[in-house]
Amino acid sequence: MEFLSYFGGVFEPIALMLLFAGTVGGLILGATPGLSPTMAVALLIPFTFHLSPTQGLILLGAAYTSTVAGGAVSAILLKIPGAPANIATALDGNEMAKRGEGARALHLSFLASGVGGVIGVLLLIFLTPLLAQWALKFGPSHLFWIAILGVTVIGSLDSKSFVKGLLSGCIGLWLSTIGTDDIMGADRFIFVDALSGGITIIPALIGLFAIPQVLDMFAKGRVSAVIDTIDVPRYKVFDSVKELTCSLRALSIGTVIGSIIGLIPGVGGQIAGLVAYDQARNFSPQKDKFGTGHPEGVIAAESANNAMVGPSLVPLLTLSIPGSPTAAVLLGGLLIHGIFPGSDIFDKHPEVVWTFINSMLLGQILMVIFGIYTAAWAARIAKAPIPILAAGVLVLALFGSYSVGQSMGDVQIMLALGIGMYILEKFGFSAAPLVLGLILGPIAGDYFNNGSMIAAAQDGPWVYFFTGPLNIILIAMVVASIAYSFWTNMLRASFTKVPNSEAAK
Amino acid sequence: MKTLMKKALLSAAAISVSATLALAADYPDRPIGVAVSYGAGGATDFQARIVTMVAGNEDILGQPIYILNKPGAGGRKGWNWFATEAEADGYTMSAYNIPHFVAQSIKGGVKYSAASFEPIANWGADPAVVIVGKDSKFNTMQDLIDHAKANPGKTTTSGAGLFVGHHIAALQIEKACACKLAYIPTKGGGAAAMKAVIAGEVLAGVNNLSDAFRAREAGNVKILGVADLERNEFIKDVPTLKETGLDVDNSSVNFRGLMVKKGTPQAVIDKLAAQVPLMFAHARVTKRMKAGGSPMKIMTRDEVKAMWAARETTLKDLLAGL
Repeated sequence: MEFLSYFGGVFEPIALMLLFAGTVGGLILGATPGLSPTMAVALLIPFTFHLSPTQGLILLGAAYTSTVAGGAVSAILLKIPGAPANIATALDGNEMAKRGEGARALHLSFLASGVGGVIGVLLLIFLTPLLAQWALKFGPSHLFWIAILGVTVIGSLDSKSFVKGLLSGCIGLWLSTIGTDDIMGADRFIFVDALSGGITIIPALIGLFAIPQVLDMFAKGRVSAVIDTIDVPRYKVFDSVKELTCSLRALSIGTVIGSIIGLIPGVGGQIAGLVAYDQARNFSPQKDKFGTGHPEGVIAAESANNAMVGPSLVPLLTLSIPGSPTAAVLLGGLLIHGIFPGSDIFDKHPEVVWTFINSMLLGQILMVIFGIYTAAWAARIAKAPIPILAAGVLVLALFGSYSVGQSMGDVQIMLALGIGMYILEKFGFSAAPLVLGLILGPIAGDYFNNGSMIAAAQDGPWVYFFTGPLNIILIAMVVASIAYSFWTNMLRASFTKVPNSEAAK
Repeated sequence: MKTLMKKALLSAAAISVSATLALAADYPDRPIGVAVSYGAGGATDFQARIVTMVAGNEDILGQPIYILNKPGAGGRKGWNWFATEAEADGYTMSAYNIPHFVAQSIKGGVKYSAASFEPIANWGADPAVVIVGKDSKFNTMQDLIDHAKANPGKTTTSGAGLFVGHHIAALQIEKACACKLAYIPTKGGGAAAMKAVIAGEVLAGVNNLSDAFRAREAGNVKILGVADLERNEFIKDVPTLKETGLDVDNSSVNFRGLMVKKGTPQAVIDKLAAQVPLMFAHARVTKRMKAGGSPMKIMTRDEVKAMWAARETTLKDLLAGL
């Protein structure tokens, strides 16, 4: 309960002001396409030069939590996921927004983020020493199996057809091999300069999700002479709270998966949302509603990606090892004030660390309040006439993919992938499995290479990848996951005999 | 008509001449970008942000410097971009990492070499160190080398990647001891390589002095040797590899500094070469760098030129057999 005694620090006038500024600024930065949480926090670091360590970290902590949640805004309203963490949010959230339920989706996403986030930070507060040892247990072989576990859900993720899901996942895996391989030092599939660094993930996300949608909107604009808009009814916050309490299953699955995955250095945030989404669907009696604008999809995805924020800082604070790119930026923020994270940081600089953690806790709550307050207005975007909305999304997509690295190469990648995805969607493929393949490909590949090099110097790959309790548990999960998706698909195929309806669309 | 044309041409020429002169005299009259070939939050990015923070002061450059992150392919993407697409007008600089870009250009497959760039000044030097976990049975370099000699190719040693300082240091150690390590370029860079050592995934590691220093402060690792010519002020008790009997020089030290593209007007280069070292030496910069545990080494343009040339020779020799 030591952290309670440092709560005073957060309520000092300047600290409180920074907390507000960090939260509001973070929400805006997070909602801006192309600005990932990592980039947002890096942009704020220079501002902390002029602040005391505690004040600087309050700003960074509040900004980190709210940028992660802010990414949901553009994912829901524009189908542009701000970061890999928000991919799963876009799947159901955007469908809801298209029905005019954007405000409801935003309410649920902020509330779920808040709940997940607070629980994640509480884990950080109470279980840090325990969790630190756990985070260290994952070596290359385990991370390889975790990535494979992620690959096993590709087939069932957001696809009407299992086979098309797998195919689109394979396209993603192939795309992920483009670029220079960092471990073997080999160039792969680099035909133009823009590809020398591989496919950058954020422009790819923007292209794969936003561009097909924009093209669809333009196509629609041409057929109908009348510009149609949808009604955006107002939603009472109270109703959203009630709805959240009715979806405890999705909420708890999201929070638990987010916290566990967030802890694992190097894999963490990118896949937490997607894995939670998939599991929430597996456990739901209304499986088929997912992907059609089901609120539980938003709840699971958003609670997971914010639950990951707290635990992802465990390896940083205790072992001085940043587990995610954002944590690496925060490490910079600590170092600049002469604070070296390590197991003794809680004894040496309690006021700094605890105020930082408390600011994340309060930041989560403030984020929920501000988010909900603005949701009703933000949701009115859906009211915009479709051609204008399409043009707006296109501008944001171009701006967002350029701003990642100030590079036209990224814009070209974004457009090429977007047009390719538009064609694939016409044939019933969907973007989510492709993106999952794109994200997991390098994780699986590089950890396999890494592991094999270590294995070659030890007892060989068989012993390295297939023995040890953690490996066995993960392999069992992989097998179970594959068996489960085969079983459900066989079942569905034999009972319903649904013809391939997607292809006809 | 003819005279009019002549006049027009003459005045156009005059304008362009005075424009070039004015360019140099007024330089810089707008903010300057520094391309960093690594992601936000990496050590290079972090240090670049600190050392450029006083650029806007009137007695330094009078214009602020902003950072452009162009990460990818171990830095190759950013430097390729800088060598081929950036303007040679002094308004886009780049941070360099030695030995990375020189080693990459020797290995080939990139569009730059040391000749594509003009150094301005050096701000930092982060030597590579050899580390083992806190519970490791190795206590000295000798222990580690004995193990490597007894078990050729079995001493797993993590590092941040291929052809970076860590890799160069590992190659030099192998050459010096005539033994074989198993260098593991770790996915996720220096931080992941450090984690591999702390978690016991590998027997030893080569890592940045600044990170290893912090890890030792936190009680997680032992530092066995520094790959530099002299001991470092942050860890005075750790011997250099030379002292431990290994013929390893400072070729793997990670030098960081600023450079411009070849073809940048000489007047601009001269101005930068004069002012940038002052920027690095500014009291606010050195204070922050020290607080962050980032070792500084300010070198002038001429010193950097000599250092680049020396590295190129050693690295060509070292990488010839690979």
